Amino acid sequence: MKILFDRIDEPGLKTLEVYERRGGYDSLRKALSMTPEEVLGELEASNLRGRGGAGFQMGKKVSFLPHGSIEKYLVCNADESEPGTFKDRELLQKTPHMLLEGLIIASFAAGASRSFIYIRGEYVEQADILDAALAEAREAGYVGERILGSEHSLSLVVHRGAGAYICGEETGLLDSLEGKRGNPRLKPPFPANQGLYQGPTLINNVETLATVPAIMRMGGAEYARLGTETSTGTKLVSVSGHVQRPGNYEVELGVPSREIIYGLAGGPPPGRSVKCWFPGGSSAPVLTAEDLDVPYDFDSLAKAGSMLGSGAIIVVDDSTAILDVALKTAKFYRHESCGKCTPCREGTNWTVHMLERIEAGEATPMDLEIMASVQEHIIGNCLCVLGDAMAMPIGSMIAKFKDEFETHIETRRLQALQPIEA
Amino acid sequence: MSAAAGSRGWDVAADLERDPATIPDPATTPVPQELRREIEAHMALYPDPRSANLPALEAAQRVHGWCSPEAIDQVACVMGVTPASLDAVATFYDMLETQPVGAHAIFVCTNISCSLRGADELYATIRSAAGEDPAFNVRSFECLGACDIAPMASVDGVYVGPLQIADVPVLLDDVRAGRPVLVEKQLSRRDCADPETGR
Repeated sequence: MKILFDRIDEPGLKTLEVYERRGGYDSLRKALSMTPEEVLGELEASNLRGRGGAGFQMGKKVSFLPHGSIEKYLVCNADESEPGTFKDRELLQKTPHMLLEGLIIASFAAGASRSFIYIRGEYVEQADILDAALAEAREAGYVGERILGSEHSLSLVVHRGAGAYICGEETGLLDSLEGKRGNPRLKPPFPANQGLYQGPTLINNVETLATVPAIMRMGGAEYARLGTETSTGTKLVSVSGHVQRPGNYEVELGVPSREIIYGLAGGPPPGRSVKCWFPGGSSAPVLTAEDLDVPYDFDSLAKAGSMLGSGAIIVVDDSTAILDVALKTAKFYRHESCGKCTPCREGTNWTVHMLERIEAGEATPMDLEIMASVQEHIIGNCLCVLGDAMAMPIGSMIAKFKDEFETHIETRRLQALQPIEA
Repeated sequence: MSAAAGSRGWDVAADLERDPATIPDPATTPVPQELRREIEAHMALYPDPRSANLPALEAAQRVHGWCSPEAIDQVACVMGVTPASLDAVATFYDMLETQPVGAHAIFVCTNISCSLRGADELYATIRSAAGEDPAFNVRSFECLGACDIAPMASVDGVYVGPLQIADVPVLLDDVRAGRPVLVEKQLSRRDCADPETGR
């Protein structure tokens, strides 16, 4: 069943004309004929969980916003930068109006009158497409004062970032949107109470908002029949790395992971096998070939010791040394750490140093233990989860591939002992 | 040296003898008319005009080629803020350049998914092929969100991939000649990988 990717490559879908011809903005009309509470009821009934990484129930998030006439903000997080994730890009590029429609409906349910789409600066083409779609939507009266003659008004600004992974973290994003360095904030207070410009703020991922028109069309209860009981609906999955058909696939939550990796993406090249895979972006603990039959949904992956995260599967085959994967991962988080919290700033830096020691043949097996303990000391000790996002996959690699690390350390040590040949 | 000396990074000592720069005086800080208009338009979009910091710096970088002390001063002047507050922002973001760079940005993704498919070799090849040509700003970049076309690069904002080593001379020639880069390999021409989506 395709909801988000239904005829996604139809020529001209990014224009209002084609989108409307397919019934686009009918969901908005339907929503505006209801009360905000009724719309919120549909969102809650759908059980839709956030598609950005944390998997928090979207309807519940909306309901946390205070009621009354206080000005509220809606921010769409389009700062897609989790390594391995490129699903929002496909939506932004090909069906921007679906996002806009979902965003407007969500703003109505939340009572938000100002909204922003924070899109990563690297997505130049996508931001241009979004700008063009917004201009069309504004012209047609879907955005602005008294939308389609209703009481609901909404302003919308497309805000381009300038290259920083941490701005995908919701409070880092808010600081960046306020014109500051993208440093995460202490929570609580949560953005629902005190977010953008200190006002109540709802923050949702692109895919989450793009799903809203379908929920309004189908009805929340009907949508909830898709997927599993606790992971409802369909999910876009970005599959990359050592697979024969990398790309975005829309699956019903709960399908076996093997079906995505092998059935859809074609599995590793002939003669190779899966060594490990990140199920939800590079921040997710790695799983191995033994876990390929785990159903792809929030709870099953959590039970298997990892997470669904942003829905990005990175496959690593048996031709790759785990050390290389670990070093790449750690270097990324070192580069992207904002430096505000010591465990993350120092932990990411020293993890890279220790991995480089292993690579250079200067490490001892004790380094492995120290490195594992550094990961444990990062987790839960920072304002945001960027440090955890390195500690979890690195910790899982050390735990699951300890033998390989030890063999590597020993081989390099012995190599260093070899006399120089004349 | 202008007020924005701090933009050269944390490891360059500040001149402690000098007073911190104040908001630049419009009378002595000429700003190109077009740039001023663009910054003011961005400021008008937000409840708090300081939200325009990023788009304003980006606009100034387009005019000056990088966030030079002069560029920072001009933005500070229009926005009515200190140069230091903008320096602090400019040094945080990868796409804001705090050193002079070549006009054509080639960002090669060297994150996990791309490196599993040969991005490190690709990056080294592009670097050496571009050599010291001052027209290019070749950088390795963190995940650009296009692992489906790995290994890939963003060339002046246009995503191309999957790239092979043999594509490198063509890519550079296209940029030098001002042609659209590797048209057949542009991301915008690709259909969704999911076989059941249809048109």
